[in-house]
Amino acid sequence: MQRIGFVLLVLAALVVVLPILFVVGAIVVRGIGAVSWEFLSAMPRDGMKAGGILPAIVGTLLLTLGTALAAIPVGVGGAIYLSEYAADIWLTRAIRLAIINLAGIPSVVYGLFGLGLFVLFLQFGTSILAGSLTLAIMTLPIIISAAEEALRAVPTEFRTVSTSLGGTRWQGIRYIVLPQALPGIITGLILGLLRAAGETAPILFTVAAFFLPRLPHSPLDQTMALPYHLYVISTQVPGMPVDVQYGTALVLLALVLSMNVAATLIRSYYRRRRQW
Amino acid sequence: MVEQPPKIRIHDVSYAYGDRQALRNVTLDVPSKAVTVLFGPAGSGKTTMLRLINRLNDLVDNTRMSGRILLDGQDVYAPGVDVTALRRRVGMVFALPLPLPGTVRENVLYGPKLAGVREQSRLDEALQRSLTQAALWDEVKDRLDDPARALSGGQQQRLCIARSLALEPEVLLLDEPTSGLDPISTGKVEASLLDLKKEYTIIIIPHSVQQAARVADCAAFFLMGELIEYRAGREIFTTPCDQRTEDYVTGRFG
Amino acid sequence: MEKKESFINQIGRARRAEFAIETLIRTLGFSSIGFVLLIFFFLLREGLPVFFEVRPGNLFSTQWYPTFDLYGTLPLILGSVLVTVTAVAIALPLGVATAVFVREVAPGWAREVLKPMIEVLAGIPSVVLGFFGMTLVAPLIRETLRVPTGLTAFTGALLLAYMALPTIISVAEDALDAVPKGYRDAALAMGATRWQTIWRVVVPAARSGIVTAVMLGMGRAIGETMAVMMVTGNAARMPLTADSLLRPVRTMTATIAAEMGEVAQGSVHYHALFGIGIVLFLLTFLINLAAASTIFKKRRRGGLR
Ligand SMILES: Nc1ncnc2c1ncn2[C@@H]1O[C@H](COP(=O)(O)OP(=O)(O)OP(=O)(O)O)[C@@H](O)[C@H]1O
Ligand SMILES: [Mg+2]
Repeated sequence: MQRIGFVLLVLAALVVVLPILFVVGAIVVRGIGAVSWEFLSAMPRDGMKAGGILPAIVGTLLLTLGTALAAIPVGVGGAIYLSEYAADIWLTRAIRLAIINLAGIPSVVYGLFGLGLFVLFLQFGTSILAGSLTLAIMTLPIIISAAEEALRAVPTEFRTVSTSLGGTRWQGIRYIVLPQALPGIITGLILGLLRAAGETAPILFTVAAFFLPRLPHSPLDQTMALPYHLYVISTQVPGMPVDVQYGTALVLLALVLSMNVAATLIRSYYRRRRQW
Repeated sequence: MVEQPPKIRIHDVSYAYGDRQALRNVTLDVPSKAVTVLFGPAGSGKTTMLRLINRLNDLVDNTRMSGRILLDGQDVYAPGVDVTALRRRVGMVFALPLPLPGTVRENVLYGPKLAGVREQSRLDEALQRSLTQAALWDEVKDRLDDPARALSGGQQQRLCIARSLALEPEVLLLDEPTSGLDPISTGKVEASLLDLKKEYTIIIIPHSVQQAARVADCAAFFLMGELIEYRAGREIFTTPCDQRTEDYVTGRFG
Repeated sequence: MEKKESFINQIGRARRAEFAIETLIRTLGFSSIGFVLLIFFFLLREGLPVFFEVRPGNLFSTQWYPTFDLYGTLPLILGSVLVTVTAVAIALPLGVATAVFVREVAPGWAREVLKPMIEVLAGIPSVVLGFFGMTLVAPLIRETLRVPTGLTAFTGALLLAYMALPTIISVAEDALDAVPKGYRDAALAMGATRWQTIWRVVVPAARSGIVTAVMLGMGRAIGETMAVMMVTGNAARMPLTADSLLRPVRTMTATIAAEMGEVAQGSVHYHALFGIGIVLFLLTFLINLAAASTIFKKRRRGGLR
């Protein structure tokens, strides 16, 4: 009985893990042939069937950068408030509820919201600006939760000592708590931005250009983006060469997974070095 | 000794955490430039008393306080008091050595830097003076830029004392500063106390009655939040007036 | 004494800067509430009109053909429900079993391998999974199950299950972790085998956490868009027949994503898509609210007050 049970558990774990290996493996194996310097650095040609995906790569990087610029100050500020200032009152509970709710809103609904607020109401048009802001709000709960956890992990004693030396609350945060929490905060930021870099639904109606073989000039420009480009070439363009599709999938996957690895490395490096 | 007005007057102070009464009607005058000892069994309110003086308990939620605490005749709880300035005048050392992250130098200069001191000469002077006062200078003068965590426990605790002294406080509050230390380190800390009391008003919670008897100029015995007996000199340890004090110092409980 | 004054004199200006920073932080702290309200407001603003433009009988009918002014949302809602419930039904046993394996049984090295793999899964963009589903899973389903097309509700549910797995596994792991060690020791001491201890004592004790895992997984699944849109065939039919799982289906999220690009701003169709957005918003709100009520119970404290 116990034997069979443990075998079943192992089987379940394998059923979970093997497909992951298979997805990543298949995309790497089939996509690697398409990835060349030209693929990464050239404009698309022949109705996207040939040439490269440079504008999509640049678009995704710009969107991620824009998301970072908007989400980091708000997210880290919000986390500092929750960890260092908020008293346990109903208002704080309302904030936490709001964050949980933000984390649960479907990405396509963020797309609708971005369309309604940024594209139409504020008249940013479909643009990098509108898309970045939409993605930033979507990323916010991830950043806040991770940063708050990192801040709370800093021992209370440090704050007490700082206070006893005539430090104000903000000074303790600025000189002790934030520097100590920084690696954890950065990890959380990367994990949030990785989400933003890979999302398609929120940018469908707020940024994405189907086919735009040039680099954007301003934040109010449209742009291509990797996830949307993959969607387009795998569903909307008949006769698309399979290796271009896999190549695009591979580039997107590599971008996202390398961010993932970076976050993991930072976390484990600083965990080992931490003094408390 | 010249009769000086008390440095700190604690007048009829009661204090509660939620509905747990921690101090009851404590009245106590702390003389200037002397070592005052607060002793008593665990949970008798000594730490609470100490943390009320530099208003560190402002950080605790859901508490009630009555009574007054005067520093040089000024009510430290009066409206408009600059709490951070008060804490610069009243330094504190905790039961465990709690070095901040960073180097020895950064630890000592943390307070002065927060207070806005920028001139390198004054910072250097503060560094050497406070480490010397804490009897640590000779041991760390070549390791000023090592991580504070790399020091031994006893050195760390003296570093914490130096860190408080760097602000040139008038009062030094020490909460069982030697509880984690070996006898030799303890001896060094006690010796530096005797030096320090020439310039500072010191209130210390000792980690044993023996230590209390070694360092006290005045001693106050606390029991369950009440001040049972308070006297100048060391007679409280040899000829206590109150039965409960006698039971405690002779080791019958606590 | 004079020196002491000089320590204090530079504080005034710093105080004002600090007040500004603290005010900013407080404002940022409340911003999350503002964003939720803002999102809800804009969904209502663009979506509410549909409830006046389209008769309720039409809205809740079984036909979604916007070109013919038929806005029946039932097939979409049921499509989402079918795919989501199936996904959770697949993911729950797998996820809990994996969590039990990782927490209670696995040797250290297996844990070290499994955890990063599951993080990788969590990081794979949904459009990549959708692409993979289209090109490799769908043909496989078509051939093994001998159905006319591999783009079925089941294909979508399968992908969704994997997308929900990281959430379910990590919440279930936390729940198992929270079971006091004493329970295990007591059961073992009474002569139970490890297997009995796990299934009769540990897992039941973690029940409420596992319920949370299910709800969060469900919230994740119902809101998923791209992968579902790419592999479910997107036919807006009522999934009421027995073979519905093996036929194409269309979810609420896929409908919005597929059609929003083509509608005129301000049209009835446009309002209808926002209307679906309102439904999705409320649905995920309720699911997460329910999940949150269990999470709130175990908050720990951190900074100074
Ligand atoms: N932050 C707090 N919240 C609630 N109650 C507290 C807090 N700090 C202390 N108390 C309670 O107040 C009473 C006095 O505590 P205090 O720490 O002042 O005693 P103490 O004399 O310093 O004891 P010890 O010798 O153990 O350090 C105790 O009953 C304690 O449980
Ligand atoms: Mg104490």
